[in-house]
Amino acid sequence: MNELALAAFAAATGAHVVGERPGFGRFRRRFDAAAYEARLRALGVRFLARSDPAFPPLLRAIHDPPPGLFLRGETPVELLARPAVAIVGARACSSYGSGVARSLGRELAGGGLVVVSGLARGVDGEAHRGALDAGGSTVAVLGCGVDRDYPAAHAELARRIVTGGGLVVSEYAPGVEPAPWRFPARNRIIAGLAAATIVVEARERSGALITADLALDEGRDVFAVPGEITSALSAGANALLRLGATPLTSSADVLELFGLSAEPIGDGPDGDAGAILALLADGSASTDELVRRSGLAPEVVAAALVELELAGLASTADGLARAMPR
Amino acid sequence: MLARAITHALVGLEPRRVEVEAHVHKGLPGFTIVGLADRACQEARERVRSGVAAAELSWPGVRITVNLAPAELKKEGSGFDLPIALAVLAASRQIPPESLESHAAVGELALDGRVRRVGGVLAVAEGATRCGIDKLLCAAESCAEAALAGIEPVPVRHLAEAVAYLRGERRPEPCERGNGRVAARAGPDLGDVRGQERARRALELAAAGAHNLLLAGPPGTGKTMLARRLPGILPPLADAEALEVTRIHSVAGLVSLQHPLIDQPPFRAPHHSASTAAIVGGGPGLRPGEASLAHHGVLLLDELAEFARPSLEALRQPLEDGEVAIARAAGRVVFPARFQLVATMNLCACGARGDPAAECSCSAQRLAAYRDKLSRALLDRFDLVITVPRPRAVELAAPRGEPSAVVRERVLGARGRLAAGGLRRTAEADELLTRAVDRLPLSGRGRARVARLARTAAALAGAEAVGAEHVAEALSYRSPAELRA
Repeated sequence: MNELALAAFAAATGAHVVGERPGFGRFRRRFDAAAYEARLRALGVRFLARSDPAFPPLLRAIHDPPPGLFLRGETPVELLARPAVAIVGARACSSYGSGVARSLGRELAGGGLVVVSGLARGVDGEAHRGALDAGGSTVAVLGCGVDRDYPAAHAELARRIVTGGGLVVSEYAPGVEPAPWRFPARNRIIAGLAAATIVVEARERSGALITADLALDEGRDVFAVPGEITSALSAGANALLRLGATPLTSSADVLELFGLSAEPIGDGPDGDAGAILALLADGSASTDELVRRSGLAPEVVAAALVELELAGLASTADGLARAMPR
Repeated sequence: MLARAITHALVGLEPRRVEVEAHVHKGLPGFTIVGLADRACQEARERVRSGVAAAELSWPGVRITVNLAPAELKKEGSGFDLPIALAVLAASRQIPPESLESHAAVGELALDGRVRRVGGVLAVAEGATRCGIDKLLCAAESCAEAALAGIEPVPVRHLAEAVAYLRGERRPEPCERGNGRVAARAGPDLGDVRGQERARRALELAAAGAHNLLLAGPPGTGKTMLARRLPGILPPLADAEALEVTRIHSVAGLVSLQHPLIDQPPFRAPHHSASTAAIVGGGPGLRPGEASLAHHGVLLLDELAEFARPSLEALRQPLEDGEVAIARAAGRVVFPARFQLVATMNLCACGARGDPAAECSCSAQRLAAYRDKLSRALLDRFDLVITVPRPRAVELAAPRGEPSAVVRERVLGARGRLAAGGLRRTAEADELLTRAVDRLPLSGRGRARVARLARTAAALAGAEAVGAEHVAEALSYRSPAELRA
């Protein structure tokens, strides 16, 4: 139980990467592994050591893998070894970013991939939600102890993740507080668990770009969702594209990489909903614009948009409706 | 010598009979008012004395005691001036005391003896009618208002006129009574709104089903302009409603002289700096608040997020029960407050969110703080939530929209169909609603709201049953995720 002692030592001293540090020898001699494990069990937390054969091989392959992962949730640890894709992006994202993250989460989880993200506000949360929408599995990697609900606004989301066949994981022992310097370290685990990383919306110099850099360092695939060149929120994702990241234009781009095929695209809706969807192909629009361009009554357009939204083909936010990628 | 005049004090909107007893007896000259009179009421002494002198009557140079009975009831305001003066004059036998038995009186006296109007005359007149009194002495300006209660008002411009009338020396002037209905309807017209098809539709639904409406969106998109046009498409008040509304406005001193009956839905738009007492009522005088003044009408809260949170939370009770109960150590009053709530707000603190031409500068924390101002419980009370987008130039150049009168006709038709009942959901509509509850963040209350709104949409369409298309439309007005804290 060398790794558990390391993780507990890290939590007790606030250190991050723990090698043979002064003081660790003494800590280890006094460390009561059985008592610590009992405490974890009481919290409903499991520990998956790096030496455990079930430890995800992709994560073990990175250059500084954590000594182990603390897991919240009953889901078997084999979930972490399944093909996974990370979706990361800005916390303060636009409605475009949150819509795309949600839709990607849904499509990729629906296609059989595990969606990994960081439970943060914005893109992360939407990616988790999208995966849950599709009934898929998703893994949230925290930068604090797994017993912490951080951010507090996503406490309910975390609960849904663990009850929905997913896991909330962290290299930090229960009780460790969130701190700004822990998040880049957390990002290496997000990138490490996933075979491919998708950056949805990111400003320049954002945490999502750190994740993408770490993924590149490990030789993983990096996708970036193209954004408007005038939007500061897309500057990071567009910069990645300039550097050679693969542009993501549909979830099929990612599924293909894993040898999976997207669900066959149906004929799409017909009638008024089909007409509205065709109009949305030209870009986002307010209900009033759709009313004018389609010549339909406002109540008909409103009903058609709800139909599209329930089918996952469109989303509305801040008064604008937009088509979702397929 | 003793004499007695009758008037009514108001507890909230409730008239209570008050007997003003005046006793003139030997002793050092003096004038005392007893019986829990407030300051305005105590000051009646000076006005009454001066008014009696101005009417060229004699002020009894003996000891005068006035008692306002029942003594435990708190008396507020200046409406007791006239009955006090009449009781003193009757006690000193300058008018026959028995002439006061069949009359109630209410009014304030000016120092020159003129009679001024006071608030709450309608409620006082109703109280008098209930006690079997059929004549009310009141200021000439208040006559039309008093007549609404079915009492015979006796207009008195001056204390001398009241004295002459009670002595039988003068017949009362006839006062105008009419039914008080106003033909013309003022207020801004929906025809001024260009474009904004979705918002117009939402207003129509809100009017037809009396739904609460929240208009969100960046500044300058016409949210307030739209909200102000809701009263214009509401049907006029029924007779009983009109009387109820007039009673409240009368207590607040807000009825017009020419047309005291308020037969159109009232519209109240308190500023966001308003205190909780100003909004729900109460305060030392136990006055009706904006929520009660908007009874059977529209309460507009412009810039909802700027209101103090306690004021907003206090609105939850009237939104649920249709009345405001104000409890004081001295007792409890209930004001009716069944209003339709319309609110506007920006999507974030800086206001740029939702505006394609601007970039929102709010941090995640600031955005969360802004949204935290509105509790979910309050947001849940809005049946219709729409985001009003910034209109494009082509819309502003569009022709004028449908005028209010046309929309009002449709609203009237829908109200009739809703009142007739019998609108049930079809199987497809039920299926869609179930699917939506699974897919969308929709609470139990949210589901009920959608069902109610769908019924209104079906009634507006004149449909036989609530179809899937009505449920789908209703779903589009649920409060969107971006307004949830």
